Amino acid sequence: MLELHQVEVCYGAIRALTDLSLHVAEGELVTLIGSNGAGKTTTLRAISGLLRPRHGTILYEGEAIHALTPFHIVQRGIAHCPEGRHIFANLSVDENLRLGAVQRRDRDGVQQDREWVCELFPVLKERVSQLGGTLSGGEQQMLAIARALMSRPRLLLLDEPSLGLAPVLVDTIFEVLRKLKEAGRTILLVEQNARLALEIADRGYVLETGRLILDDSAAALRGNADVERAYLGG
Amino acid sequence: MSLTEYGLQQAINALSIGSLYALMAIGLAMVFGILRLINFAHGDLMMVASYAALFMLLAGLPFWMVVILAVIVGALAGMLMERVAYRPIRGAPDVAMLLTSFAVTIILENGAVMLIGARSRPFPVPDFLRQVYHLGNLTVASVNVVAIISTAILLVALTLFVTRTDTGISMRAAADDMTAAQLMGIRINRVIAAAFAIGSGLAAVAGLLWTAKVGKVDPYMGFFPVLKAFVAAVIGGFGTIPGAVVGGFVLGILEISLQALLPGDWSSYRDAFVFGILIVVLLVRPNGIMGARVREEI
Repeated sequence: MLELHQVEVCYGAIRALTDLSLHVAEGELVTLIGSNGAGKTTTLRAISGLLRPRHGTILYEGEAIHALTPFHIVQRGIAHCPEGRHIFANLSVDENLRLGAVQRRDRDGVQQDREWVCELFPVLKERVSQLGGTLSGGEQQMLAIARALMSRPRLLLLDEPSLGLAPVLVDTIFEVLRKLKEAGRTILLVEQNARLALEIADRGYVLETGRLILDDSAAALRGNADVERAYLGG
Repeated sequence: MSLTEYGLQQAINALSIGSLYALMAIGLAMVFGILRLINFAHGDLMMVASYAALFMLLAGLPFWMVVILAVIVGALAGMLMERVAYRPIRGAPDVAMLLTSFAVTIILENGAVMLIGARSRPFPVPDFLRQVYHLGNLTVASVNVVAIISTAILLVALTLFVTRTDTGISMRAAADDMTAAQLMGIRINRVIAAAFAIGSGLAAVAGLLWTAKVGKVDPYMGFFPVLKAFVAAVIGGFGTIPGAVVGGFVLGILEISLQALLPGDWSSYRDAFVFGILIVVLLVRPNGIMGARVREEI
């Protein structure tokens, strides 16, 4: 479904990603792990069109998307839930969700999805008219994921959904990810909490300073001594 | 004249001048909110619309049609300004954008001087805007009533637009968080063009009302209003529409109060007092009256 071939991304003169190749198949939950500055967020930003790769190709359903704008990438069915939530603080929860579906014209479908995301995150239902900025950190994260789902994406890019959250909220979020996976959704998950990520993922990629150093099934990565030492705190 | 009547009289004056500042400040605030650009050329849109109106009236078009067309001209001029001057430098440092807006001002004002001439031209204000009504001891100019009512209507329309339509909500979203707005698949260029069109259309309305008040048009007519609108937007809390509106009316009330309260030979220093108060407001509330929150972009 998604294929990156030898992608290189630079910020000015600084190279953030070197020769990165990876793929995600339909229905898979793939995780990208690595320490701070490894290039995980950069990878997602390149896929969603916020950054242009200097070299390499990004194919989505067989078509090159690396020269497209975010608008056209959303149109093709990719939603990116960014690190740091990036919810609209001065817009109501309702308006945040509405913008998640801003490109859609199927009113009934949007309404259905709205009810569905409110079932996934019941707390949002109680907060519909509240401003996004007044939500707690956990609620904001839920809103960010719900908003990304409102575009009915075929591929969901999730960046650090557990960052800065209390353990009980992290559990809630990962419970939802598990549900999405069971429903057959395709997800590329970036996580610092490698243990949690490898528990629900099918496969994983390990990045280090912008390069891919390992790529295997999640089960194999969980059992890998290097991964254990570096990322699982073993 | 009783004190109540005097108060009422001044309130009407304050509301009418405040309306103009609010209309002008909205455009500045919308553009600043999204682009972090202080568009000093915003005032020149008043001038563009007023000259357009003047020439159309001289060509014999009916007044109602002239008003509509002049607002459209203003909106298009604003969109053109964005397309030609600001889009190519989008994302450049704030100072570069500010300087570009000065350049646009200079080009527009001097362009008007070269093409039309520096002398002000009389504007044929239609009779219904030159009426003065006497209600008891109150004196009310019809142009002030028109200014207040049309501003009220436009504010209601604008509120509905930014809270009910996808484009309006997208505009507020882009002002809130540009990256997230992009990730939603919002067409950023379209939203920015819409912000310029609406802000400039409102500036055109302000320009026509201003022109109807003073009865003449000149190339530099936008200079003081844009400064005042800037003050209004800053007082209210820069970058938000409600802030701009509140700031516009606060400024109107301030000016009229100063004019009424200052002793006669001091009133020529009115603007100095206004700017002095701006400094005090900024010392006490750096984010303006409405800007309670502090937000830093990283």
